[in-house]
Amino acid sequence: MVQGATHHRLILRRVPGGESVTRSSEAINLRTESALLGCAQRAGVPVPGVLGVFEPGSDLGEAFVMHRIEGETIGRKILRDEAYKSALPLLAAQCGQALAGIHAVDLATLPDLPRSNGADQIRKYEDIYRNFDLPRPVFELAFSWLKANEPTAHAPVLVHGDFRLGNLIVDSNGLASVLDWELAHIGDPREDIAWICVNSWRFGQIEHRVGGFGELEEMLAAYAAAGGARFEAREIDWWETLGSLKWGIMCMIMYEAFRSGGDPSVERAAIGRRVSETEIDLLNLLEKAL
Amino acid sequence: MHDAPSPSELIAAVKSFIDKAAAPQLTGHAAFHARVASNVLATLLRELEHRPAAEHDESERLREILGAAPDATVHDMNRDLCGRIRDGHMDAATPGLFQHLKTTTIDQLSIDQPNYSGLEAARSRPG
Repeated sequence: MVQGATHHRLILRRVPGGESVTRSSEAINLRTESALLGCAQRAGVPVPGVLGVFEPGSDLGEAFVMHRIEGETIGRKILRDEAYKSALPLLAAQCGQALAGIHAVDLATLPDLPRSNGADQIRKYEDIYRNFDLPRPVFELAFSWLKANEPTAHAPVLVHGDFRLGNLIVDSNGLASVLDWELAHIGDPREDIAWICVNSWRFGQIEHRVGGFGELEEMLAAYAAAGGARFEAREIDWWETLGSLKWGIMCMIMYEAFRSGGDPSVERAAIGRRVSETEIDLLNLLEKAL
Repeated sequence: MHDAPSPSELIAAVKSFIDKAAAPQLTGHAAFHARVASNVLATLLRELEHRPAAEHDESERLREILGAAPDATVHDMNRDLCGRIRDGHMDAATPGLFQHLKTTTIDQLSIDQPNYSGLEAARSRPG
């Protein structure tokens, strides 16, 4: 696109075929996603600016156009490549600031979003797990422990829902953009803080609790300094346990696509053998809590 | 029945074909799936080697924890264990239970994903 003499590199997000098909009960549509990007930008969160929104029935179908942000999203590359060495020490504080911005968005300004707190998610994922009829004792122990130790509710906020390496653009200066808002909902702020701590998102760098690059205390301090609540690290443990359990069941969902005949690919079959990763993470977390 | 070539030898031969002959000629999605397929065969080789002993030990531990009959299968005992944890009759404080789950998961993950970071963390903290 040319505006005066300036070239802008853009990204088109478009529903395949131009018509919205709800992928899951909790994924939001593109129009809601583009509205959320606007809310996040006004709250000071680094996101791609939206330049135009196209309604269902328009020539493009349901779609929006946003700025293209330079940088890397692949977790292992960000943690390993020389190009991001300077970014890693900055990222934990930047993630804390970005999350404080997201969680401070005035709920009255938001488009209609699903509501889901910890108890709702336990119910939802337990239903899915039980329907598979593939009982796993470690998951049973985790469900029982989560139910017995549920924390007191926090005032509801806008939750990104998938805030982790893979969904963040990182450049040599650190966090450049927060992407992938389709799991956004109204819920508990500790869910977002804990999700990036889940060991599956540390990409092998287990000793750095935040995303394999940073320390939780640093992220929590930056979060509070940017106007967020002052959480203690131990308040994140319950949510990290729920996060590992959710990812384990998401792996089972992907395997189920193979088991049911819906997707016969070897990749969907193989992911069933990653569920045990979350089982060891759950046991490591429960051992710490006992 | 004969076992030359053995199941492990046959799997290793297919894995070698994928890694050395097929995968280098593939691009994009197919190359990715070839890598996954090769990893699946590596998992199978580990399973053939380690599962019989690991499952035997798991079965002995389950029998002790549950007081199950000598002919109870691992499948049925795990189902029974899940029910007892779910209904609150057993939990992490049940003697032997947590250590059993940890040992079983370490054995499972040693087959499934032996390089996963959480496995080393669990091994370094014996119960």
